[in-house]
Amino acid sequence: MSRPVRFLVCLVVAGVFVLPLVAMVVIAFTPRDALLDGGASLWTGRWTLDNFRGLFDQFPVARWFGNALLVASLTTLLSVTVNLLGGYALAKLRFRGRGLVVLVVLATLVVPTQVIMIPQFELVARLGLVGFFWAVILPSASTALGLFLARQFFVGFPDELVEAARVDGCTTFQAFRRVVLPNARPLMAVMTLLAFMTQWNDFLWPLITLRDPDLYTLPVALRLLQTAYDNDYGGIMAMALLSSLPLLVMFVVLQRYFVAGITRSGIR
Amino acid sequence: MTAPVVEPPPPLVGTTGSRGQARVAWTMLAPNLLLLGVFLLGPLVWAFLMAFQEKRSFGGGTWSGLDNFARLLGDDVFWRALLNTAVFTAVTVPVGVLLGLGLALLMDKALPGRGVFRTIVYLPIVISSLVTSLIGLLLFDETVGIVNGVLADLGLGAVSWQSDGTLAMASVIVMTLWSRVGFSMVVYIAALQDVDPQVVEAARVDGATPWQTTRRVVVPLLRPTTFFLVLINLIWSFQVFDVVYVMTNGGPGYSTTMLVTYAYDEGFGPARNFGYGATVGVVLFVITVLLTVLQVRRNTRSEV
Repeated sequence: MSRPVRFLVCLVVAGVFVLPLVAMVVIAFTPRDALLDGGASLWTGRWTLDNFRGLFDQFPVARWFGNALLVASLTTLLSVTVNLLGGYALAKLRFRGRGLVVLVVLATLVVPTQVIMIPQFELVARLGLVGFFWAVILPSASTALGLFLARQFFVGFPDELVEAARVDGCTTFQAFRRVVLPNARPLMAVMTLLAFMTQWNDFLWPLITLRDPDLYTLPVALRLLQTAYDNDYGGIMAMALLSSLPLLVMFVVLQRYFVAGITRSGIR
Repeated sequence: MTAPVVEPPPPLVGTTGSRGQARVAWTMLAPNLLLLGVFLLGPLVWAFLMAFQEKRSFGGGTWSGLDNFARLLGDDVFWRALLNTAVFTAVTVPVGVLLGLGLALLMDKALPGRGVFRTIVYLPIVISSLVTSLIGLLLFDETVGIVNGVLADLGLGAVSWQSDGTLAMASVIVMTLWSRVGFSMVVYIAALQDVDPQVVEAARVDGATPWQTTRRVVVPLLRPTTFFLVLINLIWSFQVFDVVYVMTNGGPGYSTTMLVTYAYDEGFGPARNFGYGATVGVVLFVITVLLTVLQVRRNTRSEV
């Protein structure tokens, strides 16, 4: 394909891919009566902030935003920490049972979460966690994917660096902290992004376990809004945009790490 | 120097494990294994047990042998869900991976605005499945949706995206592909950077057309990437939930009911049949594991 042709094809592709996002943004700023009049359209020529005003007037949006931020941050912190430690042990330390652990972790990668939700719920209920953020944080922090990513990255980590540290008198753990971790920044970046993104976007489990509107996160509230507002797409899209904004910004700013992370962490 | 070194000095990494190293390893793994064991493996085993129970409330449950599985065999909705899931998978996996490959090849070489194009294609990755589904509703709503609006402007009649089963499935597939293709593309682009330019050059010198070079040289070199992407897409497709749950909730009728949405409805829906929901889930899990193993084995065989 010649270059102009490729450019044109890319232009069309990009147009198609960006359309749903444009639709979200446009409808979020379209007045309600314009939607009721002629249905949703990408160009009504009328703009408003009323959809957003309506949301902030009726709901504790800031609170939901804060909840989501808190839950996602704590989950990310916990999951990145335990996965870094565990992944390193699985990749670089030798011990009996290692093969078995790797196998079990791989098997849990294919467990659909909705399938184990009932026993999971019964579990957190018995632990007395329902109605607390921990009911969301603890189960979400145990992701096999993060552990697997960390292991894959550390398998490729040069042994010589670790050995040099050991010769200098470091214990296994000191070597991990002083030599391995500082060199694992790309891995940490991609793990953080993935964990934060997954948790930020989760709506079903928090909806089931949090129970109290004061504790809801933004995506949970968005789901409720959808069922309550039916087809007031203006309000729904305004909320959808608000809940997507942090990740969109984060993605555009950290895009380089994101792509590098995929490239280097060995998920391909 | 601080405290004396507790561990015996350098049993080097890569040498056969000392007992000390095993202890460190288990200590480092402990927090993770604890979380995985309690919140993932435990519930998984529990779900397997529930499949053999008549259980309709938390706490309760009586053993019922294979009753749930017997019911499954005669359950038309289950078979419909299995068929729907198979159709959804058979379309989304090949189309998703091929589109990813095509776009990666298209955007691999220098092009004005390439960075922007790439970003646009993989931006949907960060959009949650919930928001994706809500946008899907906005686009495909039969009465006020954008797609039908555009069709009306073009003088065409409204398309029944929500009341026609096949079209509802199509709308779910479109939104799934939209959110997923970017990932395949990024992974392929990363893999393309590892393709040795000399090999490509050699093919050119031998007189291969660009198309032949791509088809016969580049694509075969990408096989490990393709394997990974097919596998991960297979798992995602077989376990599709959010998009269906929000966009169609399995309807109209049962025409978009998938295995996971059915398992969820049986368990958490008005039926509240935890045992039966778990049974559907267990069957789904077993099929996923089988598909994964098959795919891995096929890959190892073709590499020999």
